[in-house]
Amino acid sequence: MTFAAFAFYLFAFAAVASGLMVVASKNPVHSVLFLISAFIAAAGLFVLMGAEYLAMVLVVVYVGAVAVLFLFVVMMLDVDFVEMKQGFLQYLPIGGAIAAIVVFELIMVVAVWAFPSDAEFARAHPSPTAMETVTDPNGPNNIEALGLILYTDYVHYFQIAGMILLIAMIGAILLTFRTREGIKKQDPAKQVGRKREEGYELVDIKPGQGLS
Amino acid sequence: MLDIGLGHYLSVAAILFAIGMAGIFLNRKNVIVILMSIELMLLAVNINLVAFSQFLGDLTGQVFAFMVLTVAAAEAAIGLAILVAFFRNRGDIAVDEANVMKN
Repeated sequence: MTFAAFAFYLFAFAAVASGLMVVASKNPVHSVLFLISAFIAAAGLFVLMGAEYLAMVLVVVYVGAVAVLFLFVVMMLDVDFVEMKQGFLQYLPIGGAIAAIVVFELIMVVAVWAFPSDAEFARAHPSPTAMETVTDPNGPNNIEALGLILYTDYVHYFQIAGMILLIAMIGAILLTFRTREGIKKQDPAKQVGRKREEGYELVDIKPGQGLS
Repeated sequence: MLDIGLGHYLSVAAILFAIGMAGIFLNRKNVIVILMSIELMLLAVNINLVAFSQFLGDLTGQVFAFMVLTVAAAEAAIGLAILVAFFRNRGDIAVDEANVMKN
């Protein structure tokens, strides 16, 4: 078995097994951890396909941000997750049947695949940057080639992606923002606006008497 | 079998997509697992995009995988924010009783 094939089957099996465990695991914390495992396996598949930059982004963005966000929310919510698992077996037949049908259909699509003639032409004449990444070791690597088209041909998509992230950030802050009553908090305006006269008091103490 | 081609990657993506879909049916009560299942389905779509990108020698597929990644991250953030707000209002996250907007 060649190394590439071995690596493919390893990562593919890891991804599918982790995906199954995400769905089947009783504890949502375990589900999140298996989700991380699935993403890492998929990153391995991306490396095998030559998309190194996407693989690294997948690890950084998903494992570093999204999965940790899931973990945070799972641990923050005080919910009885075992009770939520009820109905799993009840829906297993219909869920399994739908999954089996979808897998069958999609793999049938792969099995009876036929490319149009222009796709064969595209394969024969790959775009120069992509071609150089595969064949020429001195050519631009994956991230350089991606940058060459991402900031030129697809700059509008790039900026739309930025807007989507900005709106998502504003939305998430707005949805979870709340002003809490009855907590002690600094009021900077009040601190800065304090007058000299409010800050101290002169008391004339008579001899022999204390300050009561 | 040993020659890994487009079909192998598409098959893995198909299986992952179906697992994600089954997860939505099986974990109907648990919104968090439903969100994770959606993430799995988006991952399968990304595998498809990258596989075709590599097969056709065209980096456009990888650019679009970026867009899917962006939308998936935004969707996870918004979904979890809604979930937290919902939990604060109701004290649980049972989706089958989520009818606040209806009443």
